[in-house]
Amino acid sequence: MAAQAEAGAKADPMHQFEIVRLIDMKFGTLDVSFTNSSLWMVIAVLAVSALTILSMSGRAMVPGRMQSIAEMSYEFVAGMVRDVTGPEGMRYFPFIFTLFMFILACNLLGMIPYSFTVTSHIIVTFAMAAAVFIGVTVLGFVKNGAGYLRMFVPGGLPVWLLPLMVVIELISYLSRPVTLALRLFANMMAGHTMLKVMAGFVIALGWVGGWAPMAAMVGITALEFLIAFLQAYVFAILTCIYLNDALHMHH
Amino acid sequence: MEGNIADLGKFIGAGLACLALGGAGVGIGIIFGNYLNAALRNPAAADGQRTNLLLGFALAEATGLFGFVIAMLILFS
Repeated sequence: MAAQAEAGAKADPMHQFEIVRLIDMKFGTLDVSFTNSSLWMVIAVLAVSALTILSMSGRAMVPGRMQSIAEMSYEFVAGMVRDVTGPEGMRYFPFIFTLFMFILACNLLGMIPYSFTVTSHIIVTFAMAAAVFIGVTVLGFVKNGAGYLRMFVPGGLPVWLLPLMVVIELISYLSRPVTLALRLFANMMAGHTMLKVMAGFVIALGWVGGWAPMAAMVGITALEFLIAFLQAYVFAILTCIYLNDALHMHH
Repeated sequence: MEGNIADLGKFIGAGLACLALGGAGVGIGIIFGNYLNAALRNPAAADGQRTNLLLGFALAEATGLFGFVIAMLILFS
């Protein structure tokens, strides 16, 4: 095992997720070093800002290529928010758009070889999921008052079943941030690990047999681009669904 | 042949956690199969359900990945 670890130190599929401190910083006892994770977050924010600000500065009547991308992403998220939460939900559109574009940019930037995938760390995705969860819960209580607690009491059930159902509903509600965070994190991490394991096969099989895993890698890379988009989409649409639950109580 | 019995259990456990992928595979197959089935019956309604298709795909896939996370937790913690 030790010899294998030494030999595979460079081909370790987990090596890509390592956090490296680029600039050491201490705030009291708090470690606020500027890491490679922070660097790629900054790059993602800059990329999204550049896309949305620079491409829209021309405001051409007939959009060019970049302006089309910006307009399409806006329309895509706006349509999603409008479909799921209705017109009242459009007040929260900036939040959802930011969330979607940030996750999408992080996921896509992670596909560049030798880059770092910010969303492959559970603390990053959990921070976003917790922000969504706390925001939605506070919003639910502000909009519905204590009536928001009726969310945990499904209608049309016999009374003797209620104690069980309330507990189940409560657990399913509280597990929302965990599943939201875990879904994005696990998808990104599993995909990138799989790519690196496949790459290890290519090297191990060499010039003779390496072509088969190489071909598979091309396919998996294409799938990873789909997943990168899909997970950003799923994160955003689940946020919309949770928001809709808080805004319009059905029970 | 060295190593302790705890490592053995660890590796077997990590392997067993990968069984979750079987469930995810079945789920994804059912989703896409049923979507195609319905889309061929009523192609006009197919476009409107693509959101639900992708949502269902992502939700089903995530359950398999939870198994992957468990395997990683067993191996690396």
